[in-house]
Amino acid sequence: MLINVNMTINGKAVSGQVEARTLLVEFIRDHQKLTGTHVGCDTTQCGCCTVHVDGKAVKSCTMLAVQAVGKEILTIEGLAKADGTLHPVQEAFREHHGLQCGFCTPGMVMVGVDICRRHPNADEHTVRLELEGNICRCTGYQGIVEAIVDASAKMAGEQA
Amino acid sequence: MENFAYHTPASVADAAKFLEAHEDAKLMSGGMTLLPTLKQRLAAPTDLIDLAKVPDIKGVCRDGDELVIGAMTTHADVHENALVRELIPGLASLAGQIGDPAVRHRGTIGGSCANADPAADYPAGTVGLGATFVTNKRKIAADDFFVGLFETALEPSEIIVGVRFPIPVWSHYQKLRHPASGYAVVGVFVAQTKAGVRVAVTGAGPSAFRISAMEEALAKDFSAKAIENIKVDAGDLNNDIHASADYRAHVVTVLAKRAVAAKG
Repeated sequence: MLINVNMTINGKAVSGQVEARTLLVEFIRDHQKLTGTHVGCDTTQCGCCTVHVDGKAVKSCTMLAVQAVGKEILTIEGLAKADGTLHPVQEAFREHHGLQCGFCTPGMVMVGVDICRRHPNADEHTVRLELEGNICRCTGYQGIVEAIVDASAKMAGEQA
Repeated sequence: MENFAYHTPASVADAAKFLEAHEDAKLMSGGMTLLPTLKQRLAAPTDLIDLAKVPDIKGVCRDGDELVIGAMTTHADVHENALVRELIPGLASLAGQIGDPAVRHRGTIGGSCANADPAADYPAGTVGLGATFVTNKRKIAADDFFVGLFETALEPSEIIVGVRFPIPVWSHYQKLRHPASGYAVVGVFVAQTKAGVRVAVTGAGPSAFRISAMEEALAKDFSAKAIENIKVDAGDLNNDIHASADYRAHVVTVLAKRAVAAKG
């Protein structure tokens, strides 16, 4: 039996028909063709599938599409401005070389935005703790941590 | 995972009726354990009953000498809640050590306790604070709630509505975190309550338990030194690839001492 679902993804109202067992990440990637959100482990550990649901970072491989009905979803595709201007966290990942192969990057950036919102002017220790649920196998995290620390300071400065 | 029918009842009573009518139905709160379990096909319920739309079982409020936390309150909300931080900072700290930030945004106190994972953090906090589980049928003391490995005193159609925590004089949680999973290899919660000192352990045994010998020693002398020679019997503890029973027994005392020492 298919279930009608509707939600907002990156500011746009979307709808579709899914099985009850369809994961949110499957709805995002396979139904909405937004393939920027990645599936790494499919077991809630690696964080590649991190998106924001009503403003909070969650792992979209461990949420059903039916659980997201009526909610606001933000994926990596919705982060930059319409004119292509990068989000401060994206810009910081570029500046600090916070990626290598790029597979974990969408999740790292989305969780990075969440960290910056919750921890203005976050220090290195805080960022490392907060990255608990996101795994990178290339960079050794150095650039990722530097990027989020820098973005956190810049975003706090913009708000001040 | 196998497919299932998905339901969002509008009340605890409706959810309970549904559980009674469907033998293979499962309740879902945050889904942080249930969904991975379904993916691995370790369970295949015919129906999932999502409690997300049930009002009034989410949030934190004070009721006299108790803090009442709704079953659907997320770990992140408990961790960040101003009342919890002010009145039971040990519990706020515990909630902030569960899993990772994204998991804490979804996982709930009711779900975690009903699941009764031997390495979950909340069992130590609820038993350590002498909390009471409020269900749709009755009240269950935390001491009687965790019965065994993934086993609680809950009846098949019983649903946790909230948890009542007596506000302690002081409390603290110490955890040896498994570096990959984030679960407690051992976790020790120590509380000075109006009813006396309580020491509760998670991760080490099949379910959370108290150490009465430490509680008695700390009641006389609340210092790390008072419990340094008190060891739990390794024969009753978990022995697995993460840690041997002997090691866990050792760590229980180490963490209990650190918790007590944290009072300064």
